[in-house]
Amino acid sequence: MPFIPHTEEEVQQMLAAIGVDSIAQLFDEIPPALRARELSGIPEGMSEMEVGALARARARRDGQAACFIGAGAYDHHIPAAVWELTTRGEFYSAYTPYQAEASQGTLQLLYEYQSMMTALMDMDVSNASLYDGASAVAEAVLMAVRGNRKSKSGRILVPRTLHPAYRKVAQTIVRNQGIELVEVPFDLRSGQLDRAALEKHAGDDFAALVIPQPNFFGMLEPVDELTDWAHANGMLVIGVVNPLAMAVLKPPGQWGREENTGGADIVVGEGQPLGAPISSGGPYFGFMCCSDKLVRQMPGRIIGKTVDLEGKPGYVLTLQAREQHIRRSKATSNICTNQGLLVTAATIHMSLLGAEGLARVAAACHENTDRLVQQLTAIDGVEAVFEGPAFHERVIRLSMPVGEALKGLAAKDVLGGFELSQDYPELGDSLLVCATEVRTGEEIADYAASLAHLMSGYDGN
Amino acid sequence: MSNIPVELKYTKTHEWVRDEGDGVVSVGITDHAQELLGDLVFVEHPEVGAALTAGSEDGIAVVESVKAASDIYCPINGEVIEINEALADAPETINGDPYESGWIFKLKAVDGEDLEGLMDAEAYAEHCESEDH
Repeated sequence: MPFIPHTEEEVQQMLAAIGVDSIAQLFDEIPPALRARELSGIPEGMSEMEVGALARARARRDGQAACFIGAGAYDHHIPAAVWELTTRGEFYSAYTPYQAEASQGTLQLLYEYQSMMTALMDMDVSNASLYDGASAVAEAVLMAVRGNRKSKSGRILVPRTLHPAYRKVAQTIVRNQGIELVEVPFDLRSGQLDRAALEKHAGDDFAALVIPQPNFFGMLEPVDELTDWAHANGMLVIGVVNPLAMAVLKPPGQWGREENTGGADIVVGEGQPLGAPISSGGPYFGFMCCSDKLVRQMPGRIIGKTVDLEGKPGYVLTLQAREQHIRRSKATSNICTNQGLLVTAATIHMSLLGAEGLARVAAACHENTDRLVQQLTAIDGVEAVFEGPAFHERVIRLSMPVGEALKGLAAKDVLGGFELSQDYPELGDSLLVCATEVRTGEEIADYAASLAHLMSGYDGN
Repeated sequence: MSNIPVELKYTKTHEWVRDEGDGVVSVGITDHAQELLGDLVFVEHPEVGAALTAGSEDGIAVVESVKAASDIYCPINGEVIEINEALADAPETINGDPYESGWIFKLKAVDGEDLEGLMDAEAYAEHCESEDH
């Protein structure tokens, strides 16, 4: 169905029909003091040619840097076919599939996406995606409070090892809804959640425990023990995972050693690693999976498979009675959309790589990061901060100010990593470094050489 | 014209209440309600053992159909003693037999609580008429 805006003639006809002279007249009720005025200080518009030249000049300033920054958005290889197909008009311009009969293509793709996510996470159900990892965490928190009937406190345990942006976003979204996020500190030696600190909350009323895997530092948390602990204490488990890591690590549906009570209850995370370019922070997509028991509490769109009058398979939006266009203020969430385009890319990306391909990419990332950290810590004054297994990211400490080191590296076209001092002042001059499968041996060696040079040249050393 | 059995009591929010004796009542939704909702697909019961207060704005159970999800409100003060488990596999029972096998939950009324404050069949019929403008 094409979208055709009103012609000038049609606008005049409509105005005449309601007895109004101009569109401006429809805003007459707004008091003059509240009317928007002409914006001042806005320069003249530029032509397409001028904008193109400006953008190219700016892009040249970015250089061809090798990216060693992770921290939630990762530089992975995206096969050319992914965006070639995703930008086809049929996918690119499709709207929300309210009318099932006219949207079978979109619905089938979303159903396939959901099927892939449940397989990857080993969970019962997936929704059709949320905005991003951070807001997905917030939605999971709201869902856990609704879904955990035995808990009345509205409190959630959130490790300090969860991505700082996710914690901030979750706090912003839930703080005025009577929900309290209680922070659990981490162990300064292992970089994992501090078990002793967590143990202090045993027996208290919390709706859920959030478990990141890997955590923000790249470290792996003891998910089985934490899952069992949470369940034993009447809490739901919200897993926040890197989807690529799930190709090689134990998926959240299998967390815990307890037979029947095991497995995470809600799983969320950032889908960017699956086919979305970094592109200055977005658009990305959030994914959410849950157990069968909690499906009616899950926000967002859910696609279901059914049959038509002739018994042929068809796809529809299902469980819509949870959503706000039906349930209004009692809906599970105000979200009534998904990130369809990014999900399309992710589904094609996962189809092209397959389970084996994903596992190989994950292994390559792991290897590259190991190689990077080995070469960097061989430099005098650079040390790894945490001991223990990690996935594709690690924290290193420098004996020179990190800001200065990063500037020096940037001048050599190396984006060295994510500076941690703002979010984790207790870690001092620390840097979160990541080497994905895209980084070559040469780039890694260049990084190490440049850093060594900077470290030895630094006045304090 | 929907079916409104004379021996039952009713609420403005379309629940029916049957006195089972010994302070126990069973509760469900009326024929009028099931008709408006359409095919029921899911029932969310209150917890057995929960102490419920009448007149609260918050619903205590939810009936979900293909086109709507509706709250059920507590008719009298009491404790939930039983829920109709059969509805988990066959929620459509409420459509076919709203007053008998379609019962949703049973309450043990708080001492001294009675059904006098609820509407009788005639009053409920009038209430439905006035709502159906």
